[in-house]
Amino acid sequence: MQMETTAQAAIIEAVNISKSFGPVPVLFSVSMDVRSGEVHALIGENGAGKSTLMKILSGFHDPTSGQIRLDGKKTDLPPNGAAESLGIVLIHQELNLAEQMTVEENVFLGREVKSKGLLDKAAMRAAVQGYLDEIGLDISPTDRISDLTIAQKQMVEIVKAVSRNARILIMDEPTAVLTEEETEVFFRQVTKLKESGVGIVFVSHKLNEVKAISDRITILRDGQWIDTRHAQDLTPDLMAQMMVGRELSDLYPPMQEADFDADLVLEVDNLVATGVNGVSFGLRKGEILGFSGLIGSGRTAVFEAICGLAPTDGGTVKLFGRDAGTMTVAGARDAGLAYLTKDRKEKGLLLDKKMQPNLTLFALPKFVKNFAIDRKREEAALERAIRRFDVRAKDNDITVGKLSGGNQQKLLLAKIMECDPKIVVIDEPTRGIDVGTKQQIYHFIAALAAEGVSVVVISSEMPEIIGICHRVVVMREGSITGVLTGDHINENEIMRYAAGLKREELH
Amino acid sequence: MVTSSTETTAKRSSIDFKTIGPALALLILCIIGFLLNPSFVSEGNLTNLLTRSAFIGIIAVGATFVITAGGIDLSVGSMAAAISGVMIIIMNNAVDTMGTGVATVLLGCGCAVVLGIGAGWINGALTTKGKIEAFIVTLGTMGIYRSLVTYFADGGTLSLNFDIRGTYRPVYYDSFLGLPYPVWVFIGVAICGWLLLNRTAFGRYCTAIGSNEAVARYSAINVDRVKTLTYVIQGLCVSFATIIYVPRLGSASASTGVLWELEAIAAVIIGGTVLKGGYGRIGGTILGALILTTIGNILNFTDLISNYLNGTMQGLIIIVAVLLQRSDWKLGKSK
Ligand SMILES: Nc1ncnc2c1ncn2[C@@H]1O[C@H](COP(=O)(O)OP(=O)(O)OP(=O)(O)O)[C@@H](O)[C@H]1O
Ligand SMILES: [Mg+2]
Repeated sequence: MQMETTAQAAIIEAVNISKSFGPVPVLFSVSMDVRSGEVHALIGENGAGKSTLMKILSGFHDPTSGQIRLDGKKTDLPPNGAAESLGIVLIHQELNLAEQMTVEENVFLGREVKSKGLLDKAAMRAAVQGYLDEIGLDISPTDRISDLTIAQKQMVEIVKAVSRNARILIMDEPTAVLTEEETEVFFRQVTKLKESGVGIVFVSHKLNEVKAISDRITILRDGQWIDTRHAQDLTPDLMAQMMVGRELSDLYPPMQEADFDADLVLEVDNLVATGVNGVSFGLRKGEILGFSGLIGSGRTAVFEAICGLAPTDGGTVKLFGRDAGTMTVAGARDAGLAYLTKDRKEKGLLLDKKMQPNLTLFALPKFVKNFAIDRKREEAALERAIRRFDVRAKDNDITVGKLSGGNQQKLLLAKIMECDPKIVVIDEPTRGIDVGTKQQIYHFIAALAAEGVSVVVISSEMPEIIGICHRVVVMREGSITGVLTGDHINENEIMRYAAGLKREELH
Repeated sequence: MVTSSTETTAKRSSIDFKTIGPALALLILCIIGFLLNPSFVSEGNLTNLLTRSAFIGIIAVGATFVITAGGIDLSVGSMAAAISGVMIIIMNNAVDTMGTGVATVLLGCGCAVVLGIGAGWINGALTTKGKIEAFIVTLGTMGIYRSLVTYFADGGTLSLNFDIRGTYRPVYYDSFLGLPYPVWVFIGVAICGWLLLNRTAFGRYCTAIGSNEAVARYSAINVDRVKTLTYVIQGLCVSFATIIYVPRLGSASASTGVLWELEAIAAVIIGGTVLKGGYGRIGGTILGALILTTIGNILNFTDLISNYLNGTMQGLIIIVAVLLQRSDWKLGKSK
């Protein structure tokens, strides 16, 4: 076997690992090894078993059969993160920070520095400040985690791992929530770690960055090991093909001409709210409008304010030509406006509930007949949603928290679409989603628009904004700096507006 | 090492245990009761047992809503005392104008319902609009309601007019189809509560809020209104319990309803509802109330264990119940 020839160099090795959850098998005799000083990427479709394999490699799950070898010796990894003492650190796909504690407390959680029996706060603070400076993260060690953005939390996880002197650092989709710039900073850290001899495993659906950063790439499909190859032997297209098992046609659907004379369904005039300073724009029927900008530029804040999720401090919002006043979330929904959050774990899904109640929660009044919830219709809705959005759960009865990340995202989309909105705002539509499914979602959005639904896509992924939007609004620091159409929608232009190098004088 | 298959079977069976556990516990208690003293299963004792569990049971149904939605209400015992007190004062004062007939009793009951809803609403509004933790709010109102009844009774006891007591008495002491009225009220409240929690959008919303409030808000749920309503339902349940409790003694004092809040919460928890919210079981709550009353009843019946150890037994049962319900304690591994 190929693995045996590399056994000496490998720090950790998974040999013929199989894993079942109860009767449901998710991994079939998968082998993988990680060597010192390499970046080993793991790719595969949503639900292929990547996260499961990562958890086995770090002791959070036991394999059903097969073994883990550490430095060539068969090892039973200690559970619940205790493998950190062996130098194996996992950063979970769902971030794992104590929300109410500060950055420094999180970084040193469980191995606090003490002097004379008391916590040596000064020493810890200085150490954390050092790490933060090193990766250029502009937060203070005393900031509370709950006050940070997702991207900042991700960076704190990385600081935490770095501070633990990991030999093996396993990261499950670390870049899913990062912008391109943040990803660059992050990759600089990864390269530094790699040069110091750390073995790095990472999972990502962004195949370009996989190509750029990894040394070797392992591909999983449906729980099976497909291949492990050197990165220089693979192209992103080839990777996608091996993941999906078939050739992929165009990622983006053909662009339908937008009708610039269609009715305005949403008119926002001089909207002011926390993080939003006087934003005005219009959205037409059947239009796909992109919102681009750096993280924290106020894109999410604009729509949370419009949809009644955050208070507004001024400005008017017109829906279908009529003044909407201040809406509640339910009011917005009933008027045909729905917002899909980018934070699916915290704000999107009830992780400890099954798919059924999650799917119908947003549109629940629709399912009420004679004061009672019509369960038959709920079941039918679930069946329909699973088919329409291709939600893949091996067992429809598991809690949503156990679905793979990408399938959670699809379920969330299904949940929002359950109320048949006429305007749908999708915040980061493809976060954590594999290429095949991305394609499905882009086609789905295009089809919605063709049916006359207006779609707002907020995204930090430039290619998808460019690939599917008719018009792109670029924001910076709470204001709109430019609106691009047609040929002007390209990476260069968007970046210049987003970075504040260019600014359109708006009326 | 635990393999994954035992991991899940353990999980499955403990979920099953969550549902049938309380029923099993009650059955075992009844068998023990019977073995210790066969007259435990006599008709008289059983109806007595059911009647006594009605008070805690009815209040606990309301508490199930509050707890499922992630709240807590410590004020129910004091609220019951305050409502009894005011109810008695109102009925006594109505004697001159309305006589001592059914009308006066109905007036008292109507006022009890209004007071219950109002007191519940105050708890709810303070937690949601005032953004104060439910524990603090209801700790406060618990003291307030309790001191009000002491004040009304001038430190002593408020007694119901003797003639009204005669009119009102059957509500506690009489039966219909062999079951005392309090038991019928209990059954009615239980069925309504079950339907409301398990079959309506409101029940689903309570569960969602207890499970994750932010998700609920993003799912177009009016979180404040639903939470306030759970406290109103709790208040309403307290008023029902009070209405059937007052004719029992015909009086109210500062010691009325003492520790009811803890017994109600205990019944809810024994029944399998999760204290931090997100998962509620009305059926379990009812079993929980029956279990608590049965323990007291068995201790009354035998001299094996001193009656004074009632609290100890109840406390033990609560702790054991929660230990058994923790589905994760044997599967430390999977996260
Ligand atoms: N604890 C669990 N119990 C039952 N099934 C589980 C559990 N954890 C994962 N699964 C199932 O195992 C399969 C693989 O999930 P996994 O999270 O490893 O996928 P993934 O490759 O990481 O996908 P994604 O790219 O979407 O994150 C999925 O079908 C998932 O539903
Ligand atoms: Mg995953």
